[in-house]
Amino acid sequence: MASNELGFERNDYKGKKSTLCSGCGHDSITNHIISALFQSSVNPYDVAKLSGIGCSSKTPTYFLEKSAGFNSLHGRMAPLATGVKLVNPKLTVVGISGDGDSASIGLGGFCHLLRRNLPMVYVVENNGVYGLTKGQFSATADVGSSRKSGEINSFSSIDLCSVAIEMGCGFVARSFSGDAKQLVPLLRAALEFNGTAFIDIISPCVTFANHPGSTKSYDAVKEHKWQLQELGFIESKEEITADYEGSTVITMHDGSKLVLTKVDGDLHDVTDVMAAQKLLFEARQNQQFATGLFYFNEEKPTLLDQQSVTGTELYRLGESELRPSLEQLNEIQNQYR
Amino acid sequence: MGSVINDFTISVATVNGSGSQSANNILMRSIFRMGVPVEGKNIFPSNIAGLPTWFSIRVSDKGYTSRKSKADIFIAMNKATCEKDLSKVRSGGLYFYSTAVKLDESLLPDDLICVPVDFNQLAGEVTQSIQLKKLLVNMVYVGLLAELLKIPEDVVNETVKFQFKGKESVFKVNQDAVSVGRRYAQEHLQKLDWPFHVEKRELTKDKILIDGNTASALGLVYAGCSFASWYPITPSSSLAESFESFCEQLRVNKDGEHRYAMVQAEDELAAISMVAGAGWAGGRAMTATSGPGISLMAEAIGLMYFAEIPGVIWDVQRMGPSTGLPTRTSQGDVLAAARLSHGDTRHPIFFPSDPAECFEFANLAFDLSERAQTPVFVLTDLDLGMNFWMSEPFQYPKNPMDRGKVLNAEDLKRLGEFARYKDVDGDGIPYRTLPGTPHDLAAYFTRGTGHDPKAEYSEDNVNYQALLNRLDRKWQSIQALVPPPDIKMSDSGFAVIYFGSTDRIMEEFAATMGESGKSFSRLRLKAYPFHKDVTDFIRDHKKIFVLEQNQSGQMRELLSHAYPQWADKFCGLPLSDGMPLSVEELAPKVLQGGLLG
Repeated sequence: MASNELGFERNDYKGKKSTLCSGCGHDSITNHIISALFQSSVNPYDVAKLSGIGCSSKTPTYFLEKSAGFNSLHGRMAPLATGVKLVNPKLTVVGISGDGDSASIGLGGFCHLLRRNLPMVYVVENNGVYGLTKGQFSATADVGSSRKSGEINSFSSIDLCSVAIEMGCGFVARSFSGDAKQLVPLLRAALEFNGTAFIDIISPCVTFANHPGSTKSYDAVKEHKWQLQELGFIESKEEITADYEGSTVITMHDGSKLVLTKVDGDLHDVTDVMAAQKLLFEARQNQQFATGLFYFNEEKPTLLDQQSVTGTELYRLGESELRPSLEQLNEIQNQYR
Repeated sequence: MGSVINDFTISVATVNGSGSQSANNILMRSIFRMGVPVEGKNIFPSNIAGLPTWFSIRVSDKGYTSRKSKADIFIAMNKATCEKDLSKVRSGGLYFYSTAVKLDESLLPDDLICVPVDFNQLAGEVTQSIQLKKLLVNMVYVGLLAELLKIPEDVVNETVKFQFKGKESVFKVNQDAVSVGRRYAQEHLQKLDWPFHVEKRELTKDKILIDGNTASALGLVYAGCSFASWYPITPSSSLAESFESFCEQLRVNKDGEHRYAMVQAEDELAAISMVAGAGWAGGRAMTATSGPGISLMAEAIGLMYFAEIPGVIWDVQRMGPSTGLPTRTSQGDVLAAARLSHGDTRHPIFFPSDPAECFEFANLAFDLSERAQTPVFVLTDLDLGMNFWMSEPFQYPKNPMDRGKVLNAEDLKRLGEFARYKDVDGDGIPYRTLPGTPHDLAAYFTRGTGHDPKAEYSEDNVNYQALLNRLDRKWQSIQALVPPPDIKMSDSGFAVIYFGSTDRIMEEFAATMGESGKSFSRLRLKAYPFHKDVTDFIRDHKKIFVLEQNQSGQMRELLSHAYPQWADKFCGLPLSDGMPLSVEELAPKVLQGGLLG
């Protein structure tokens, strides 16, 4: 079997056997994550895989057995990740959340993580329902869509990509669990991104949301899919050989490149924040399922920059670095005499 | 009236936001610098500006600094309260009132010496600015009192300089206002039969005068705390802010790189979740909060307990239930902290009694938390956290930091096996690895769901019972790690058990009870679970008054639960008015109830 640059095989990126329903979109995503990490030669010892609670949050068990994992609390993956990354910035943080986890109980944490721009890959495996509690609507269920029982959702949905752009996120994309061709390059680019890279992945729930009234069923996704671009990821050390005329080539901070070639409609300018919001708004209005990279901006300082800990692994610091001297203590105490 | 040296209370009534705080601090610290024991209590509203606030300063050679319900000297600056304030002055005391409060003179009682002073006009001698005048009236009363109390000019000037460090023009104008007050007293108040004086002593030598939140923050820096996340809440906000400013001073490299991280979170749910993440990744992580904050943190603290993640939760208690009295003191979070979260959880708690222990216990809390891999609470309160207390100076930590049972890649290579939740040493405390450890054995999956010793998901009933039994063993181990109580024995058979900030009233309380022929042993708890010495103490006494500032007797409940065979020995009093304890109010209640015989 082929190994990557670090000498790991693809199998080294696998985890335990999935206990999700057969045909669940989440299992496909798990596979794409494994591919992306393997292809990008991410060191599994340096990954922290974090999640909240829900079907999606179970999936970190199913990949990267060599990596530390934390299946935490419902809606709290974002602040948990913040603590982890600040204390050990060398970790590649892969966060897996769901639509219940990030759009309802954890919406606050989701928004604030994006505001702070914590460097991590933030994946939402979005199926519009609460699977583990048997199919209630989530906040991303489209208005007018129905439950298996026939009940119609009357509330407007939360578009996590629009929210992410509004919160200042510099890497905002949407994809489909079944689209390896689009998703793997997106994930690889997200892994290199210096800041929060957010990918909303529509992932059909075969048990509770794959019926005709659901807008997140396999059929609905196929029917309404509007793919903005075809994506290619080129590592920093690779030379560009092909001619990318007519495509957009984004060079990331480490020199790797993301090549965007238009598929449906005009080529979307991923650096134009207003164009991205307009596109998402119109897609919602027209009930189109837009996929691709919507917005890219790597200029914003990250939380590590803001905290001035980019080169420090706080967890490693010992007494001499953490405990100031007796002289300093006495100097301070003298101010209270 | 005879002369009263170093034994009186001054109260100042002002409007919140009027800038009286620095004036009161200058007065208090000047007395402290004369070597005379003094402490101040700020009774302030939950409001930015406009509502009434009172500051009282108690001066006592004996070091008795509990709150007095009536003042000897009163400065009435607040129109809204000046009438009611008349009842807060001891018979024969002095009541200065600003002419601006327009007090109806027919209300002035005969048993007080009442003196109107036009503070506004006096401040006007220093400045014409209306804004500045509002602040300087406070410095005028400082000058006036300093003169009458015989606090030397150089002591006050030095303190003013200290208060406005580095701001030369601010210092100058404040000093001028003090001088105006002094001169007014010399020229117009000489005929007062003025009994109260401050006389120089050597009783505060080596001591410091500091608030508990500042002491806690500095203690956390010296405890090696590298990560803090918090959500602003009274009365803990100044702790977090002090921690940040000490870190800026003490934990920044020459190249600007920080040796700490600090996040103001979006809510307490996030604050504690960040602590969980940071603790999991190997940092010394803490959050500072108050009652409503720990309610929100309950779920994550349960996770930390069950997933065995260290972290320190510093709860500066305020009066509950619910939003309660946000700016009043309490010891009402004892039970909540001890058992916070659903299911069966329990948490160690430290109870610092003064600023020196706030500093010291920060380190003890982290050592215990990392040693036992469990969240640890520190409970202080608003009185200790936000008021100025005399304290012994802080002791540099004696021992190196105890980082607990952490295995690195070399350890794993040597051991050849690792199971995250296996009780290898029989003390209920397993070994852990940190994320990022480069070894195939290192990684494990952390979860709040049922897990086996290898950290695999498990719903097995036998395994689950074994897991909770191990956590019981861990609790036993923790009991051996907490500091022993402070004990002072008497042979009366009666005793008081107390903890935290109420330590400050104990000497005076004992003396007052002694005047009524009551003597008692004392035990001051420093931590929960209870140290074995607590057992012997309870066994050896027939009746024990558990002194605590809450309604239902929460510590009494913990003690009764820990020592069911002696539960009928314990008695208590509901003390929930939100005010720091006053011996003159407490002693009659204890006598009346026969709590100490």
